[in-house]
Amino acid sequence: MRYGTLGSACAALIRRDLLLTWRRRGDALNPALFALMVVALFPLALGPEPNQLMQIAAGIVFVAILLASLLALDALFRSDYEDGTLEQIVLSPHPLPVLLACRIGAHWLTTAVPLILVAPLLAEMLHLPSTVMPVLMLALAIATPLLSLLGAVCVALTVGMRRSGMLLALLVLPLYVPVLIFAAGACNAAQAGLPFLAPLLLLGAGLALALVLVPLACAAALRISIS
Amino acid sequence: MNTLSLWFHKFGSPPTFYRLSRLLCPWLFAAACLIGAVGLYAGLVLAPADYQQSDAYRIIFIHVPCAWMSLFAYIFMAANAFIAVVWRIKISEILAMTSAPVGAMFTAVTLLTGAIWGKPMWGTWWTWDARLTSELVLLFLYLGVIGLYSAIEDRRQAARAASFLGLIGIVNVPIVHFSVNWWNTLHQGSTVRLLGPSRIDASMLWPLLLMALATHIWFFASVLARSRTSVLEQESGKEWVREIVQAQGVRHG
Repeated sequence: MRYGTLGSACAALIRRDLLLTWRRRGDALNPALFALMVVALFPLALGPEPNQLMQIAAGIVFVAILLASLLALDALFRSDYEDGTLEQIVLSPHPLPVLLACRIGAHWLTTAVPLILVAPLLAEMLHLPSTVMPVLMLALAIATPLLSLLGAVCVALTVGMRRSGMLLALLVLPLYVPVLIFAAGACNAAQAGLPFLAPLLLLGAGLALALVLVPLACAAALRISIS
Repeated sequence: MNTLSLWFHKFGSPPTFYRLSRLLCPWLFAAACLIGAVGLYAGLVLAPADYQQSDAYRIIFIHVPCAWMSLFAYIFMAANAFIAVVWRIKISEILAMTSAPVGAMFTAVTLLTGAIWGKPMWGTWWTWDARLTSELVLLFLYLGVIGLYSAIEDRRQAARAASFLGLIGIVNVPIVHFSVNWWNTLHQGSTVRLLGPSRIDASMLWPLLLMALATHIWFFASVLARSRTSVLEQESGKEWVREIVQAQGVRHG
């Protein structure tokens, strides 16, 4: 029996995930809608004072996007686990970490990219100064892949469980804390007119590290939970 | 087979572990209580009052040893978790999982005593200082390990999954330890050092070290006591457990 090359397997995997998302386009917008609603709650709770909202805008945007990506995480392996696709991926002759990296990449494209696109709208709702906007977008571009990667390991650990929602939040949120601190820290520094490059560079270093290590960790975790 | 790996296999077998822990446990608890009592008496009565904080500083004799233990317990848990994930040794799985609640308790006591001291000294129960935040994250990591372990039905698979999570969380340990050096915020730097002279007077140092010794022994005693129950529970279908139960039944009549 002949197997396809690793490249063709990865391409097939990504094409399949994107196609599945495209067929259910409405669902793909849910995380963005959720983030929009979370952000809309803050002016209602705190009052519509622009100066007050401006000061906490970057933090709220990050928390909203973090929560949205947390809720989206559950879908990463759920349907594949239920219909047995995941076991086929684990059993395939290609290196599992590479295949999982493709999965996570496709997941990032379909859930995090809509969130990044909606971020300027969220920021505008909270009167974030336009000078901070480029920093916010840059921080999001580095932070959201990191969130997807860190979350993937925890999802892989909980994949066999029936109701894993609350538990997943308990596992994932401590790992998200440093990402939130540095990403929102960069925006707050930019807003205060301070140098903001250092936290972004630290985030970038974390992303470089996670890109290499997380697929390996994710593969090990998946082997534990579906053994 | 050489002596070391023979010893390793022997100690790693559940019946031997059970017997050894039954032998050690009471002694360890007794030693911890005794040393702890001496340490507390020395710390609360014998040690002189601080020139600035007077008697309020004495909470460090609980706070600091517990803070050390919160990290030590995590490292102990992660080391056992590593063995459990790589070599799948049953006793290591159990040791890793039973040290999580003990470590979580030490972390909670650290945060609590810190808050009690912080109110009169800093004027606030809590501040988002780097050391405090990373210690709080440490507590969440412990709770995550405990939660994952109790959520999976199969005990051995649960232990391996939770061990793996514990291994990921180890990145937080150096952050907690070095947080006072990396971020210059409210929590004070380290005064007791392994290398070089400590910046604490000898009259306060020795009760502190005594308390640290007591908490270490207490940790091992507590982990052994918990592991003993876990071993018995997981091995409940085995022959050696039945023998023990029957022997107990005869003794109690």
